Amino acid sequence: MDVRSQVSMVFHLDKCIGCHTCSIACKNIWTDRKGTEYMWWNNVETKPGTGYPTMWEDQNKYKGGWQLDEKELDEPDPKKRKLKLKLQKKWGALGNIFANPNLPTLDDYYEPWTYDYENLFTAALSEEQPTARAISLITGKPMEIEAGPNWDDDLGGSPVYAANDPNLEHVTEEEKAQLSEIERVVFFYLPRICNHCLNPACVGACPAGAIYKRGEDGVVLIGQDKCRAWRMCISGCPYKKTYFNWGTGKSEKCILCYPRLESGQPPACFHSCVGRIRYLGLLFYDADKIQEVASASPEDLVEAQRSAILDPNDPEVQAGARKNGITDTMIEAAKNSPVYKFVKVWNLALPLHSEYRTVPMLFYVPPMLPVLAKVNENGKYDSARDFPEGLAPLMSALERNRVPITYLASLFSAGNESIVESVYKKLIAVRVFMRAQRAGDVPDSEVQQALENAGTTAEEVQAIFQLTSLPTYEERFVIPPMAREQAVDETTGVYAHKASAGFGFRKAPARRF
Amino acid sequence: MFVESVLFIAFPYVAVTLAIAVTLFRYFTDRFSYSTQSSQFLEGRALFWGSVPWHYGILIILLAHVVAFLFQDAWAALVADQTTLYSLELIGLSLAIAAMLGLSVLLIRRLRSSRVLVVTSTMDWILLVALLAQVALGIWSALFFRWGSDWFLFTAAPWLESLITFQPDTSFVVSLPWVVKLHMLGGFAIVAIFPFTRLVHVITVPITYLWRPYQVVVWYRRSR
Ligand code: SF4
Ligand code: SF4
Repeated sequence: MDVRSQVSMVFHLDKCIGCHTCSIACKNIWTDRKGTEYMWWNNVETKPGTGYPTMWEDQNKYKGGWQLDEKELDEPDPKKRKLKLKLQKKWGALGNIFANPNLPTLDDYYEPWTYDYENLFTAALSEEQPTARAISLITGKPMEIEAGPNWDDDLGGSPVYAANDPNLEHVTEEEKAQLSEIERVVFFYLPRICNHCLNPACVGACPAGAIYKRGEDGVVLIGQDKCRAWRMCISGCPYKKTYFNWGTGKSEKCILCYPRLESGQPPACFHSCVGRIRYLGLLFYDADKIQEVASASPEDLVEAQRSAILDPNDPEVQAGARKNGITDTMIEAAKNSPVYKFVKVWNLALPLHSEYRTVPMLFYVPPMLPVLAKVNENGKYDSARDFPEGLAPLMSALERNRVPITYLASLFSAGNESIVESVYKKLIAVRVFMRAQRAGDVPDSEVQQALENAGTTAEEVQAIFQLTSLPTYEERFVIPPMAREQAVDETTGVYAHKASAGFGFRKAPARRF
Repeated sequence: MFVESVLFIAFPYVAVTLAIAVTLFRYFTDRFSYSTQSSQFLEGRALFWGSVPWHYGILIILLAHVVAFLFQDAWAALVADQTTLYSLELIGLSLAIAAMLGLSVLLIRRLRSSRVLVVTSTMDWILLVALLAQVALGIWSALFFRWGSDWFLFTAAPWLESLITFQPDTSFVVSLPWVVKLHMLGGFAIVAIFPFTRLVHVITVPITYLWRPYQVVVWYRRSR
């Protein structure tokens, strides 16, 4: 057992209101520089939808992530299976270095622009109102806007965007038709940042070896002085979370606001999240198991990942952690981690697209979405209409979930529907239980049935409710004291940097030739 | 005589010194810019048709230049056979033409794509023109001063050797046609501007990728 710690995240999708505050917080801090205008290290997309960059989930196009050949899957022991990058063999990387055939280009994202506001003030007097034309932030010339960072925002049901969602592949025609039926149209938001994976494909794809995972907290970073613009990480990351800075010719990605983390603050997108959907805390995992987890059979992927996550209360794990230099305060933080509860104790939060085999460490509680309602004879929305007599107009039975389970399984459990179903059973139990507590209109027998069905208890359900609906800031973000300053002290003479501008670039990151 | 010494003795030495010194200096002081600046993200289609033939063409030809110079006896034996000589020159010529066409595509692309134009520096233009001129001179020599793969053994090769052994002797090259001379000087000119341009990416070829493990984990406190 090789115990390592990872700063991990949970996004509770039922709480996301799609306000994009997170994206703006991130943009204002990190990506409002030349060359990064089009980047959204945090973006929020509407699902079903094609996302950003368009169709990022289509790995036939971008070749992101890792893959197991058919014959590897015949080998029963995952440890003996050999993973390959979907993008390239190692020789292939050198062969394709002159033109990466799977690189998304600017138009797969969008051309960033501003408006010529100046003209509103300086235009000569004329019959027509002056206008502020769109000006490309790349060429500085007027441009036609053809796409934007959230071009399909809220366009659930759209035949252009929603219908092309790659996750609809296995959804039946009937379900697809329902998804766009006018009164059933459904969509939810999927906020995405870098998953700070355990088996990152961006790292694996980088020919220069510029990308690395920090041992202490698992943050994945790109060394700007080492990046040589070979741009393989951009195709390699299946989530399209490394971006090419066209101004400096370097790749950049979400840094999980590590300077904030190191000073005890949550990342900006977490801090500013309006729906309070975001949780951050430590997970301990067994690094010896990464290979095995990443090579699991598709239906086992989620379970395998759960099994690699270790219990910080287990003395054996604690001993292993200490052996690897993880401090007692870190162990304490891991015990209080909300992420550990959602992911491992309650089995509620699931990784996004684990079939990409990067072992992502950002987990999602899938959305239940509001109760389905139809207009009744009196012209009123009526949530009870479709339900058989006696069943509370509640929170719906699983079969009535507005989004097909197949679709959700394609997103969150590599197609294994039973995993998503068991998550939903628990979420339903929480709703039924709390409804009984608060409104008192659910018969006891029904509450018991819901609990049993989900294999959970009243205590657990209450704890889930507490952490879902009423958590404090400190409960949502349990940031380990990383004591980075001490670590820096060991490798760098701090006095040499006294009165200087920090440990970062000594020069502006600009190209001089 | 003086002009010849300057061009064929002083200039090569200056060029190589400059290349080595500035390359090292830039590596240690400005590693951030130590690469090419890919513009594929801004324009991909023309880049493919330019970059691929250019790189593969020029790499193989350069390799042939180097191999021929390093293993002169073997090379001489090789080109002694007429069929081999003809085929080698034909292959070389086609590669050179591919490289030249590729380079032209790249040049036109930079002029025509307003996005790529934004990220093009003065040094990029100088380099593009220098490379184009050099390839053109090479093709010219190959076409009109036939069988260079043979005669270089008695001209360019001994001249380069004389430079390397610090016993410079221009007599091997002075009587060559000016196009050929320009091609030789052009080579050193490119060596001279090498560290001031994006050409430095040549020596950052990420060959270590072939044997490094896929995953890279960096620790502050310990190394392993
Ligand atoms: S999600 Fe992040 S860590 Fe994972 S492969 Fe992509 S960029 Fe790398
Ligand atoms: S700030 Fe929070 S609620 Fe708003 S879009 Fe982002 S994740 Fe969703």
